[in-house]
Amino acid sequence: MSRTRFIPLLIFTLIVAAVAWRLAVPRDDRVASKLAGQQLPAFTLPPALPGKPGLSSSDFTSGSPRLLNVFASWCVPCAAEAPVLLDLKRRGVAIDAIAIRDRPEDVAAFLARHGDPFERIGSDSRSQVQIALGSSGVPESFVVDGRGVIRAQHIGPIMPHDVAGIMQTLEAAK
Amino acid sequence: MKRLLLALALVAAPLRADSDLPPSRWANEQLPDPRQEAAATKLMQELRCLVCQGQAIGDSDAELAGDMRALVRERIARGESPEAVRRWLIERYGAWVSYRPPLDPVSWPLWAAPIGLLALGAWLLRGRFRRRA
Repeated sequence: MSRTRFIPLLIFTLIVAAVAWRLAVPRDDRVASKLAGQQLPAFTLPPALPGKPGLSSSDFTSGSPRLLNVFASWCVPCAAEAPVLLDLKRRGVAIDAIAIRDRPEDVAAFLARHGDPFERIGSDSRSQVQIALGSSGVPESFVVDGRGVIRAQHIGPIMPHDVAGIMQTLEAAK
Repeated sequence: MKRLLLALALVAAPLRADSDLPPSRWANEQLPDPRQEAAATKLMQELRCLVCQGQAIGDSDAELAGDMRALVRERIARGESPEAVRRWLIERYGAWVSYRPPLDPVSWPLWAAPIGLLALGAWLLRGRFRRRA
């Protein structure tokens, strides 16, 4: 009896420890694309706004690495990310974009307000290319090498402290 | 002051996290062929919504879930089998996206647990039956 008496207390302590651990180290609920390391899926998207070309997967086989940004004008973190993308462009990074569920006038207003670091923008009005990429939200960015292979995925906005890592991945993709 | 803030909070518009575009056609419209629609609906109940992660895409109001329902319906209407659509999504999002987990080194305890618990129950009951007999 004397030994078994403490079993409930032991179980209780284990439960408290498990709960405390998950509170201290929250679960990472980001869904990473399984396509990292694989060829970009084939796609062709119409221009997201007049005056700028649309985007297709064949644009990523030019021989040099590019950054593919998945964004939307209605997405608040995308606005937060915009100055960092402009900074990457100033550093010589070629950036293309896919606008998710967007209207041409909304994309134009977003770019006028937050700056335009993109060479091409494809319009994915039904999220079908986003799903084909294994992307589950906006913003997300993919580092694609010169042969069209996805080298890395960045989930969420690229913040100033992410720039060094992104530059390194782009350099390694050359 | 407090009352004013409360009143303001009641009329304030929540921060928008969705687009203005209407849902895809096949997000909420049934396929004309009832057999295909039944297959699509069954698959939608077994695919996880990527935004609201506890829900199936068939139950979710998230825009991405609607676009995934459209993808499922369109592919099944084109003659793809539900398992091919599931495989295509697993290639992109991992086995996590399916509510029907495969038997692999990570998930085998999930499949073995019920058998193990039944065996444990049988072993515990064995002593009781023997004493009564």
